[in-house]
Amino acid sequence: MITLNVNGETHELNLDPKMPLLWVIRDRLNLTGTKFGCGHAMCGACVVHIDGQAARSCSIMVGEAAGKNITTIEGVSGKVAAAVTTAWQRLDVVQCGYCQSGQIMSAITLLTGNKNPTDDDIDAGMEGNICRCGTYVRIRRAIHEAAKALV
Amino acid sequence: MRVNLDKLQAWDFSRREFLKSSAATAGAFVLGTYVPFGNEAFAQEAGPAQGVYDPNVFLKIGADNSVTLISKHFEMGQGVTTGMATLVAEELGADWSTVRFEFAPNNPKLYNNLAFGPIMATGGTTSMAESWEQMRKVRAAARMMFVAAAAAKWNVPGAEIKVENGVINHAGGRHATFGELVAEAMRVPVPGSVTLKQPKDWKLIGTRVPRLDSVQKTTGAGVFAFDVRRPGTLTAIVKRSDLFGAKVASFDATEAKKVDGVVDVVQISSGVAVVGIDTWPAMQGRDALKVTWDTSKAETRSTAEIFEEYRELAVSKGLTALSRGDASGGLTRAAKSLEVDFTFPYLAHAPMEPLNCLIEVRGDGAEIWSGCQLQSIDQLVAAQILGLKPEQIKINTFLGGGSFGRRGNPLADWTVELAEVAKAINGRAPIHLVWTRDDDIKGGFYRPMVLHRVKVGLDAKAGIAGWKHTVVSKPIFIGTPFERMTVKDGVDASSVEGIVDTPYAIADFLVDVHNAKSAVPVLWWRSVGHSHTGHVMETMMDELAHLAGKDPVAFRLGLLAQQPRDAAVVRLAAEKAGWKDSLPTGRGRGFAYHHSFNTRIAMVADVSATRPAIKVERIVAAVDCGVAINPDIVTAQIEGAIGFALSAVLRNQITLKKGVVEQTNFDDYEPTRMREMPKVEVHIVQSSERPSGIGEPGVPPIAPAIGNAIFAATGKRLRSLPFDFNMLA
Repeated sequence: MITLNVNGETHELNLDPKMPLLWVIRDRLNLTGTKFGCGHAMCGACVVHIDGQAARSCSIMVGEAAGKNITTIEGVSGKVAAAVTTAWQRLDVVQCGYCQSGQIMSAITLLTGNKNPTDDDIDAGMEGNICRCGTYVRIRRAIHEAAKALV
Repeated sequence: MRVNLDKLQAWDFSRREFLKSSAATAGAFVLGTYVPFGNEAFAQEAGPAQGVYDPNVFLKIGADNSVTLISKHFEMGQGVTTGMATLVAEELGADWSTVRFEFAPNNPKLYNNLAFGPIMATGGTTSMAESWEQMRKVRAAARMMFVAAAAAKWNVPGAEIKVENGVINHAGGRHATFGELVAEAMRVPVPGSVTLKQPKDWKLIGTRVPRLDSVQKTTGAGVFAFDVRRPGTLTAIVKRSDLFGAKVASFDATEAKKVDGVVDVVQISSGVAVVGIDTWPAMQGRDALKVTWDTSKAETRSTAEIFEEYRELAVSKGLTALSRGDASGGLTRAAKSLEVDFTFPYLAHAPMEPLNCLIEVRGDGAEIWSGCQLQSIDQLVAAQILGLKPEQIKINTFLGGGSFGRRGNPLADWTVELAEVAKAINGRAPIHLVWTRDDDIKGGFYRPMVLHRVKVGLDAKAGIAGWKHTVVSKPIFIGTPFERMTVKDGVDASSVEGIVDTPYAIADFLVDVHNAKSAVPVLWWRSVGHSHTGHVMETMMDELAHLAGKDPVAFRLGLLAQQPRDAAVVRLAAEKAGWKDSLPTGRGRGFAYHHSFNTRIAMVADVSATRPAIKVERIVAAVDCGVAINPDIVTAQIEGAIGFALSAVLRNQITLKKGVVEQTNFDDYEPTRMREMPKVEVHIVQSSERPSGIGEPGVPPIAPAIGNAIFAATGKRLRSLPFDFNMLA
């Protein structure tokens, strides 16, 4: 039995502790906002927060996440999350939208640790998130706008 | 099994029939679109079912005032649902905050793409152009019906009634919402003809309205095919050969079946599918599966050998795509000339959502959940494999996590796999077919490898004396249902588009084509043939300008004297970018212009070339796409095209080693990342011309603008893609 705490709910799951957290979240808990992109921690589509830190759920075994606080895009809350989501919507950042859950999760982590990121900070903080539609211009702008809203 | 596409080919795909069908559609527009009013809405004298006014298949208006676009087009990020809904809201006079969208069911009669003929399809950057009149007319008719209903109810002349922001207002002060008049409006006769708003009266078209899909895509709520859940669904992952064209000889599923959660292993035409209770067991099961392959008909060459064959082919005379004037004579008489080769690699589309789709087979047919561009083809293919009639296949379209062409395969490879797995397990459970990223990168249906050989001469006045252009490529359309529409005398339009229809005045012009063969399957990749022809034409323009000792912008304008719209875009980009402004040392500025899908785009790239790294600092784009229905989406598509194509300029390529794809995932086929993204400025030409598309045309000018900028910075000419920066050392 593995005890998994996701978005404030506790789940007792009988499964292989080596199963990637991503597939537990998506296929066993039916939280589909977290996406599968590459399976090797290279694209960031699967980013969730584990104890408040951005983590790539495709490359973390569920056993490692047991007992920790996991937050997915469906469960984010607070001022930073609201500012990021609002900026994303106001600037119409999304195109296909598939990577954007992961982008938003990474942006929340970035802005939680750095209230006023420079362009270089954004390059570094968002380095692990690929957007194949190429929405980077607006992701950058939205992060700056969210930072301003948080002042 | 090989899918028999004869039935599809019997459809009206030929150019002649396409014209006829589009003419018929235009002439019978009222019928085609309005019949559902007459047959369904009108017949319901008792009033609307569940309070929903359903005047035709493109529009639903609820008693809660919600206005729902039934989108015949697939949303893969290009913003088409917002664009079409803008047309709805404009003509209807709706309040944008009440506007929603749903995807239409597959029905080629009601939801055909007017540009393609009788199929439901999204592609070729046609959506807004083909639906421009249709969507507005439907909504204008609906508005007229609401006005008539209000006029009758209030006993006032219709001319005194206006519809704005979702409210029907009479000059005398009476007003009602759409929702309040739904029942009455449904009984109003359909207008025989409609009057569209004049451009001066547009309130939404040409303005920024928010995307309809932003909220769902920023909260995790948006549903992609990958997110569809049906009770009892099993997941199938297919082991395919490392070699294209190989077939299964035998397989051993012993170890695969030992994996906890694997329930079946079945052979299909493309390989062997491992079926699990969900994704992870199916992945593990596939890793444990052993398959031996019959490779007798497989592609076993390496990339260098394939290009060697291309170069041999280029020496002989190919199929003539265009012969104008006397190119050979012109080249003989030329004062100066230039002969160069360009090569282009295979490219994977790599949409962020790997291919996947879901099927449920039932006694009376089958239902598919998919993010797909060509529903009508998927429907026929699935029907054929399952032994059903096409009308027994229902397709539910979902958001697509990117496509760039991959979700619109005329051979429907992934739908074939889906239906074959469902058949192999006798339809006993719903099947979700999943491709991993590795499958996607290694799975073929690439932008073709291409060789261009170009010889151009300049006369004594620096005009073009003659242009001979040879293209070697595996054709995209030959062997698909689109062949009759796009292939003439063996010349595949996708090999030469962007060359033979160039807006530049080239009097003595010869273009020929060689159709290379390979078992590696190819497919359109965002901007199709223009993804390589645009680069060649615009690099040549820069080279010729330098050969002639002329400014590259002035040289282009000299060849566009008869093309005012094209010339205006070139001038706008040059002006906005400060083309003649000086740059610091180590920087270079390059220009490119290309006309594709009826849209005109010029780009000016500024690069810093501090060796060995190249950084694209800024791109300024000028765009003429006719009426820009939503200028913010036009801008977003240009920004996105730059982000999408930049990695293909810098590094992306699919290469073969003895037939095996050398790349596997985002480490060795790495898309553009945040730090590489240049600043982007987009300037849109104000236009009253019919809208043309914006999804694809942003791609072609990027590579040549960057290459020309690198030349300006370094004096080194990079031609083949991806650029080999070692050549700058």
